[in-house]
Amino acid sequence: MYETKYQRASNVEDAAKMLAATDDGKFISGGQTLIPTMKQRLAAPSDLIDVRNIDAMKGIAVDGSNVSIGAAATHAEVANSNDVHKACPALCDLAGMIGDPHVRHMGTIGGSIANNDPAADYPAAMIALNAQITTSKRTIGADDFFTDLFETALEEDEIVTSITFQAPSKAAYAKFPNPASRYAMAGVFVAQVEDGAARVGVTGAGSSGVFRHGEMEAALSKDWSEAAIKNCKVDEAAMLSDLHGNAAYRANLVKVMAKRAVAAAG
Amino acid sequence: MTSISMSVNGKAVSGDVEDRTLLVQFIREDLRLTGTHVGCDTSQCGACVVHVDGKAVKSCTMLAVQASGSEVTTIEGLANGGDLHPLQTAFKENHGLQCGFCTPGMIMSAADMIARYKASGSKLDEKAIREELEGNICRCTGYHNIVRSIEDAAAKMS
Ligand SMILES: Cc1cc2nc3c(=O)[nH]c(=O)nc-3n(C[C@H](O)[C@H](O)[C@H](O)COP(=O)(O)OP(=O)(O)OC[C@H]3O[C@@H](n4cnc5c(N)ncnc54)[C@H](O)[C@@H]3O)c2cc1C
Ligand code: FES
Ligand code: FES
Repeated sequence: MYETKYQRASNVEDAAKMLAATDDGKFISGGQTLIPTMKQRLAAPSDLIDVRNIDAMKGIAVDGSNVSIGAAATHAEVANSNDVHKACPALCDLAGMIGDPHVRHMGTIGGSIANNDPAADYPAAMIALNAQITTSKRTIGADDFFTDLFETALEEDEIVTSITFQAPSKAAYAKFPNPASRYAMAGVFVAQVEDGAARVGVTGAGSSGVFRHGEMEAALSKDWSEAAIKNCKVDEAAMLSDLHGNAAYRANLVKVMAKRAVAAAG
Repeated sequence: MTSISMSVNGKAVSGDVEDRTLLVQFIREDLRLTGTHVGCDTSQCGACVVHVDGKAVKSCTMLAVQASGSEVTTIEGLANGGDLHPLQTAFKENHGLQCGFCTPGMIMSAADMIARYKASGSKLDEKAIREELEGNICRCTGYHNIVRSIEDAAAKMS
């Protein structure tokens, strides 16, 4: 790992100021993506501003159907939250499928979405739940937040502070993990939101990262059943192709995961 | 260099470290507690698992400065003097190790999962143990005896 300088921020404003004063600094939250990347020398931030201990970014609040999750909430906290479980058990299931128990004790939802790894799990849920992502500067809808592979709408000194969404009437996440890394080869989050409208978020498979599948959404909005999406097409040209699976394989996986998720949501 | 201090196995320790020092380096090289192992450079093997503020984490994927102010427990902190921890006894009796390289991480992960399942009141059965061991790799045993050791210890610790 290259040299770096570490500072711990105690509030959001300070964190933004500390970062602005660095050459090429980065925020660090759980470190479960950033530290492995720095160890491989694929990232060399001059400074690290730790946002994990900022109180305003911690905690989970559920008020009726409003769910709000602090950006520093760990995957384990989301997986085990009784409140989230009542509002949207699918999100607990998803958080519990990330990595392993040790990664889940450190990794945070804010870090995961800010990183926008094309194989990460949370982005699929964020777009399917139409989540609103609140930052130190503004609130961004999930549809506009995830822009490309490892790219988001965030500016350099912008901090994700919380994530909010309305509890769906039903939802489920189905993931086909890469057997070695446990990241998604394809992961599909289906949700029935207001007025029976369906939203389908797909991760792990798309060549420009997480995406919504319009045809499946239309079909499920009319008829929430596995049969309804049987004839939907997943465009191979828009799929990732790598040594773990080619585009045709991934396109098929997306369909299979979507059907499993619809069946699991009931 | 940054001055850090933390509690390790109940003892207050401090040191001056480069900010890039990993917690596992501080534990092994500065504190000379070499029971915590490093088995990979990709954060995947779990040989380095320690407890920080009561939770199992990979000490190769945390900076020592991040752990400043925390309570850390390593494999050396489990036994009570000459009395082995029930997990250590169970690994010994159930042939839960061969080369032993993964064992410190396996035992620290096992202690964490047993505590969590106990606190939540759910049953730590064989299937749950196998899932919980997702982040711990063993190249020798084929896992069966590790799972058996954990089941045995969990029963004795309940
Ligand atoms: C062995 C292993 C297996 C894994 N398996 C999976 C898996 O199956 N599925 C999955 O989805 N993920 C997986 N992960 C990644 C894990 O979920 C990470 O925790 C997550 O991607 C990043 O969160 P973090 O809090 O650790 O972020 P960090 O590593 O601290 O930061 C990641 C990036 O986000 C930025 N950042 C962090 N917090 C903020 C913030 N609040 N505002 C703005 N920017 C911020 C940082 O600057 C950095 O660029 C795995 C990781 C490991 C090591
Ligand atoms: S050494 Fe930490 S996970 Fe392998
Ligand atoms: S006993 Fe040798 S790696 Fe597990």
